[in-house]
Amino acid sequence: MMNLVEALLAGDRLALSRLLTQVENDTQEGRSALNELFTHTGKAHLVGVTGAPGVGKSSLVNQLALHYRKQTNKSIAIIAVDPTSPFTGGAVLGDRVRMRDLAGDAGVFIRSMASRGTLGGLAHATAAVTQVFDAAGFDIVLIETVGAGQAEVDIARLAHTTLVVEAPGMGDDIQAIKAGILEIADVLVINKADRPGLEHTERALRGMLEMAHPVKHVFQHHGKIEVVESPIGAQENTAQFWVPPIQKTIANDGTGIPELAESIDKHVRYLESSGDWNLRERSRLETELDALIQDTLTTQFRSSLPEEKYDRALVLILERKLSPWEAVKALMNGRKI
Amino acid sequence: MTEKKIRVLVAKPGLDGHDRGAKVVARALRDAGMEVIYTGLRQTPEMIAEAALQEDVDAVGLSILSGAHMALAPRILELLKANGQGNVKVFLGGIIPDEDVPQLKTLGITGIYGPGTSTEDIVRDVRTSVLGEPAV
Ligand SMILES: Nc1nc2c(ncn2[C@@H]2O[C@H](COP(=O)(O)OP(=O)(O)O)[C@@H](O)[C@H]2O)c(=O)[nH]1
Ligand SMILES: [Mg+2]
Repeated sequence: MMNLVEALLAGDRLALSRLLTQVENDTQEGRSALNELFTHTGKAHLVGVTGAPGVGKSSLVNQLALHYRKQTNKSIAIIAVDPTSPFTGGAVLGDRVRMRDLAGDAGVFIRSMASRGTLGGLAHATAAVTQVFDAAGFDIVLIETVGAGQAEVDIARLAHTTLVVEAPGMGDDIQAIKAGILEIADVLVINKADRPGLEHTERALRGMLEMAHPVKHVFQHHGKIEVVESPIGAQENTAQFWVPPIQKTIANDGTGIPELAESIDKHVRYLESSGDWNLRERSRLETELDALIQDTLTTQFRSSLPEEKYDRALVLILERKLSPWEAVKALMNGRKI
Repeated sequence: MTEKKIRVLVAKPGLDGHDRGAKVVARALRDAGMEVIYTGLRQTPEMIAEAALQEDVDAVGLSILSGAHMALAPRILELLKANGQGNVKVFLGGIIPDEDVPQLKTLGITGIYGPGTSTEDIVRDVRTSVLGEPAV
């Protein structure tokens, strides 16, 4: 019998689905599958779709996938994340309701995910699930997440292209836009363009874009922060600089979808011509590697450290007889405490 | 390591347009800590089997009020098996005449629930059948 990884690489959809579960649950099998699959990753274009609940993210993802399936030969994976109830640990994942047009197409695979525990956990699980789809050969991975603070930033870090979706009349001060959203948006989408208030929302977004420029893209590089700045007053995209375009869509009937897809394609071309693709890739993998090193070292160190010694150090810290830094030094040097 | 979550697809095959019951069950399963994938109205058996495969669910809950259960339920069981998901537990809710129950159970439906069934019973049955624990 073939193992799941071999079956996945041979195009078996059930094997893919089962591996997604293993990876999401962070099991031994999932981890070793990720090891084997890693060399097959790095080809897919990862597109994040984020915004407040109800702005039409799922409907947009549906239309975008439909568009790609009709216009190109590209296969599409969709990851739709919905929140887990903090009280019960359960979730109702309803994004598929808006994606029924995609049923029956073997070039599309939709997977719903609950946000489960911590924010860091969600980012980790989403990244892992994305890698599985990438290895399985999907050309585009669309990742839908509810826009909420850190999760949004984490998804933006994962994706090559991030769409931030707004809708007219969703709170006139557009609080969501202010909260640093322009730093993560590669394309701004005003969905529900059939609704009143479109001009107002568009004006607000444009105003913010103008104020925000030059846009700074911040990357981690060898622990240093690197800032790439676009020229002051840049209003147009060039090979080297990207100003997020604003696209208006009606996700119910597909209005504006070809234009949105064109913006996404342009962004890919920009990422390639500017070297941004490699820079993002590098910074993402570096973050991942750093996190892994931290994890591994911590686990290793703690397993070699007698529990009583750790507890003693903790008590001394609590009593303010020892600072945490001194404690770490003592523990690392094997000194007596 | 995250604990294993029970994943359930709740679907509404056929043409009748009421999904209130399906939604109540979906919420009850969520409140019991399960992850429920809700697919909405007017699903064909093919759509349901495809969603079950993509979501790698442990159980499928069907709500059928139209009277077409003897056509829809066996077809869905057949498709699940053909996809290698014969182990997925299938539950059926709706207006199911008593005389149809034995045949549906023989075909492999795990539980059948008429109007007025308490959601606690459904939640308990889903859990015990998926986890392989004996029903209490
Ligand atoms: N009028 C209008 N309604 C829309 C549009 N796009 C989505 N909707 C509706 O908005 C609601 C929420 O859409 P959904 O895609 O589930 O939003 P999400 O929560 O962001 O994923 C649904 O009832 C959609 O039918 C649009 O462009 N115009
Ligand atoms: Mg949605």
